[in-house]
Amino acid sequence: MATVRIPTPLRSLTGGEESVQASGANVRALIDDLESNHPGIKDRLLDDKGVRRFVNIYVGEEDIRFLDGLDTPLQGNEEISIVPAIAGGL
Amino acid sequence: MAKTYSDLFADVRSSVRTISLEDLKARLDDTSRPRPVLVDVREKDEFRAGYIPGAIHLPRGFLEMQAEQKLPDKGAEIVVYCAGGTRSAFAAKTLSDLGYENVLSANPGFVRWKDLRFPMEEPPKFTDAQLERYSRHLLLPEVGEKGQAKLLGSKVLLLGAGGLGSPAALYLAAAGVGTIGLVDADVVDASNLQRQILHATSRVGMPKVESAEKAIKDLNPDVKVLSYRERLLSDNVDRIFGEGWDVIVDGCDNFPTRYLVNDASLFHKVPVVHGSIFRFEGQVTTFQPFEGPCYRCLYPEPPPAHLAPSCAEAGVLGILCGIIGTLQATEAIKLILGQGDPLVGRLLTYDSLRMTFRTLKLRRDKTCPACGENPTIREYIDYEGFCAGA
Repeated sequence: MATVRIPTPLRSLTGGEESVQASGANVRALIDDLESNHPGIKDRLLDDKGVRRFVNIYVGEEDIRFLDGLDTPLQGNEEISIVPAIAGGL
Repeated sequence: MAKTYSDLFADVRSSVRTISLEDLKARLDDTSRPRPVLVDVREKDEFRAGYIPGAIHLPRGFLEMQAEQKLPDKGAEIVVYCAGGTRSAFAAKTLSDLGYENVLSANPGFVRWKDLRFPMEEPPKFTDAQLERYSRHLLLPEVGEKGQAKLLGSKVLLLGAGGLGSPAALYLAAAGVGTIGLVDADVVDASNLQRQILHATSRVGMPKVESAEKAIKDLNPDVKVLSYRERLLSDNVDRIFGEGWDVIVDGCDNFPTRYLVNDASLFHKVPVVHGSIFRFEGQVTTFQPFEGPCYRCLYPEPPPAHLAPSCAEAGVLGILCGIIGTLQATEAIKLILGQGDPLVGRLLTYDSLRMTFRTLKLRRDKTCPACGENPTIREYIDYEGFCAGA
């Protein structure tokens, strides 16, 4: 199982959990697995073209956009970070 | 029988290799070979009156104690000089005894160097009050007098005198950043004081730029404050960014301004230290135009408004601003000093509840519309429309 770091704006979908476990042979399958346990999360991460443009998904330290995108393979022991754009500063 | 000074000096002179000033100058001008390490062993007052550019000041009285710290490479070619060639000969002997393998003593020395009108420079001049105020910086080899002079000559623009801008402004002012620009159209509100430590209860209702200037001047009168009591927009950004800033610290609070800041910083080629916060979490990175990724490489589009509530709507832990704003100030100081590794190509994320920092890699996007190979954004766009249409 991979550990998925959930950012604050999405924690309403994980019962407040900051980190959840999920599995999948690649990032796409992992997101489907997340969706089965936390319905609604997939829509917050993906649109019909792929990963939403204001969200980045990292496997370890690497952005999947610079790996194989949603097809990036997973061994099952990775740390996945979901990092959305936030704008606050005042 | 005890040696006389003449005996001692004769011994030293016979064992130390010397280099003439003409040869030294030619050697320093020769860019095809690595530059020798120049060591000035005169007293502080002599050094302050002028020295050979690039020289390390290591007074003879501290030579044995400080040599290994200031001259870590014992195999490097070292040229020692003093005023007339005597102290440097003794110093060269001492360095050889300490295991330095390639030491030369310049002959005669700086007095003649100056008469020959060879290049020299003077250390930055500080008032006694400044020497005291910045004494802890002056002790750091990575800052020192040169670094402090750089800070005093630097210009940092803060976007927002609010949550992130407050701690950043205070620390940059304390550090002696000579000119601090502030862009903020708001007035101080009681609800700001839980986190905006530039402001004060007695200044509620005052324009934030005015309140900030009072706080900054009170902390450090060396700092010149340039206030822009306006909202940053496409039609004023060139005027404000065109003031020759060394670094921009972005602590604004909305996506349209974030994208405007990005595009303008690329047009003006000014690095931006980005900080953003949401409830208990923050992000920091440094955008170095065309060297590292830009904000559009990181987030090509903003989230729709209903997925991106502001701090005013969602709340924010006051102290989080302190952490993220001071990290931004640290980056700004490092960029000015040219020290350390800035967060170029790295996103630092902070979760105050879990008390965890993570660093994620960022890369330039070749297809980036602002800084990629074929940029399509060559002028300012409708940022409100861009962010509303997402």
